[in-house]
Amino acid sequence: MNSSLALSLATFIYGLASVFYIGSFAFKKQILAKPGFIVLIIGFLSNTAGIILRWIESHQLGYGYAPFSNMYESLVFFSWAIAILYIFVELKYKENIIGMFATPLIFLAIAYASLSPDISSKISPLIPALKSNWLIAHVITCFLGYAGFALAFGFSIIYFIKPKNPDAASIFAKLPSWDLIDELTYQMVVFGFLFLTIGIITGAVWANSAWGTYWSWDPKETWSLITWFVYAIFLHLRMMRGWHGKNLAWVSIIGFMAVMFTYFGVNFLLSGLHSYG
Amino acid sequence: MKKNQTIPELIWQFFCSVKLAVYTLVLLAATSIVGTIILQNGTPQQYLREYGAAVYNVIKVFNIDDMYRAWWFLALLVILCINIVVCSIERLSTTWKIIFPEKIKFNPDRFRKQKNLESFTVNKEALSLYNDYESFLSKTIGKVIKEETGTGIVIYSETGRWTRMGVYVVHLSIILLLIGALIGSLFGFKARLNLDEGATSDTAFIAKKREPVNIGFSIRCNDFNVKFYDTGAPEEFKSNLTIIENGKESFTKDILVNHPLRYKGINIFQSSYGSGQPDSVVLDIIRQSDKSVTSQTIKIGEEIQLPDAQGLFELQGFLPNYDFRGNNLGEAFIGKITLKDAKEIQIAIPIKFPTFDKMRKGTFAFVVKDFEQKYYTGLQITKDPGVWYVYSGFILMIIGCWITFFMSHQSFFIEIEKAGENSSKISISGTTNRNNQGMKLKIKRIVTKLKDI
Repeated sequence: MNSSLALSLATFIYGLASVFYIGSFAFKKQILAKPGFIVLIIGFLSNTAGIILRWIESHQLGYGYAPFSNMYESLVFFSWAIAILYIFVELKYKENIIGMFATPLIFLAIAYASLSPDISSKISPLIPALKSNWLIAHVITCFLGYAGFALAFGFSIIYFIKPKNPDAASIFAKLPSWDLIDELTYQMVVFGFLFLTIGIITGAVWANSAWGTYWSWDPKETWSLITWFVYAIFLHLRMMRGWHGKNLAWVSIIGFMAVMFTYFGVNFLLSGLHSYG
Repeated sequence: MKKNQTIPELIWQFFCSVKLAVYTLVLLAATSIVGTIILQNGTPQQYLREYGAAVYNVIKVFNIDDMYRAWWFLALLVILCINIVVCSIERLSTTWKIIFPEKIKFNPDRFRKQKNLESFTVNKEALSLYNDYESFLSKTIGKVIKEETGTGIVIYSETGRWTRMGVYVVHLSIILLLIGALIGSLFGFKARLNLDEGATSDTAFIAKKREPVNIGFSIRCNDFNVKFYDTGAPEEFKSNLTIIENGKESFTKDILVNHPLRYKGINIFQSSYGSGQPDSVVLDIIRQSDKSVTSQTIKIGEEIQLPDAQGLFELQGFLPNYDFRGNNLGEAFIGKITLKDAKEIQIAIPIKFPTFDKMRKGTFAFVVKDFEQKYYTGLQITKDPGVWYVYSGFILMIIGCWITFFMSHQSFFIEIEKAGENSSKISISGTTNRNNQGMKLKIKRIVTKLKDI
């Protein structure tokens, strides 16, 4: 067993979990969602094993670093973070149909890591600036934040699929009520916002110990701040101005677009301190 | 809008709206994008080449080449700041009484109308139930208040009233961050200093303006080392520095990337390195006719005899970036050949291109055989007296967000009414300033627990 086998397996299993969840919705068979959850858990375990094995392998190669250091590793961890957060949500809220809005995201992130020709899965040594324990804290918190926003995005989509009061016989009737979606989206945004805040802060503290400035308006920093602004707007609109439903869902979707640009756009289109991952 | 408002009142009202906060945040987010697309702190030539003269004028007028320090961007931050302060004062003055009440009061009717109200009947007498529930609430929630109604007893308990402060903590943290940033930009600096091995300096240069700044003490670079991976990428670089004050050596310390030296408010970071000028070089001098090689060590500035008394060669210096017809050939030694007939030829000997000098087609070709690699260390030298405000802001922001998002002011209410001989009707509900869904679930959990008592 090595890390790339474990992660390929995880990709495949996550794909299978998505099929189960989407099938349970499309064929109105709630019974399919239960095995979907079990498959998801197996995929998650495989994903976890892949990350741990990669950690061990980097030590065996003599580079010895935590596997959160390049685009490939961050995508694998992104999947892991969405998966664990979603598992928690399903257990807490006892809603399984919403898995069809979460598992495809989990699958897409890790599949993109495995399949894209632009993303190398090679274990290569770290440049000196990345050798810091702050790296681990920074990456873990940022990606937990991103995972929260990813799920908030997935749940926001439901507003545009499900009518507010569908017929009992309709395929959409099984989807959670608008009230519950509102609650779920809000909880995910709050979770994401807290962790994005901690992620930006750990990044700033790290930058201050590596370069001597906690903020240098590097494109990645700026875009993470833009993302933070968008979700700060979301929270103020909801808590202070009473926004709900589709209007607020749009803000959540725009926020997730900002997350995606911070994550991919900055790396591929703009240059700066974060161009290595 | 009310009539007869004075101008200060109008200004106050303008700044205490959440709408303003939302618009300011939208503007900050939108304008911040500009600086990630348009090059920041470039030279005029770079902008002219990229955008042309007309657009460059617009860039200059609005300081878009340094937009995060432009007046209009700072103005947005100031508006946000005033907005936060005014909003917080306005709201705090009304919520202060809620957060610190003289006496906690509650209104049973409000609880009876809650959507999360749950009811059930128990075959017990009201007074004994009251004792059980009272101890349950005081154990799990907090102090219990009891009131008699005509038909029974109502009890009330609450927790987390102080958590209403959370949002003010977050707002305060943002103000602290901005104050810290202001202090840093007024009284701090960010400068660079390149030191050759063995060199000493007490003056760094401000990164953007190239202005000199005195550090207050001298730094000597005793030694610089760089370690490489098998792949050729740098693994670690390290400078051994000695701090010299008033002509006396204070102490010596190694600095690495991520492990700076902090002394008297000055931070010294290992940020880069480069090739410094070597003292001497071993050159292979190859006679082109028969490829015979003569090796010779030459110091910079030294002049030697060429083999066969063909003339003289002077090693003039070292260039870190030798430019050959617009191509950067990297590190190179330069020298001058003076032939017997007094003809002078300038030559360059790039380290990475050993066949370069052969292409000159002279009698002799020069190749660098060996030289002692000397480095200079690139230090980033900063002073930021505002950093502690910023760090306090960071800590407060995390604490404040945690309180605001995950804690809330929750009140619980239980009404015990006589329903018949030895039976009572129980109603339970709760209020919270946040997360009504969670409250609904909590009420349900309490109901199952109370039924078990």
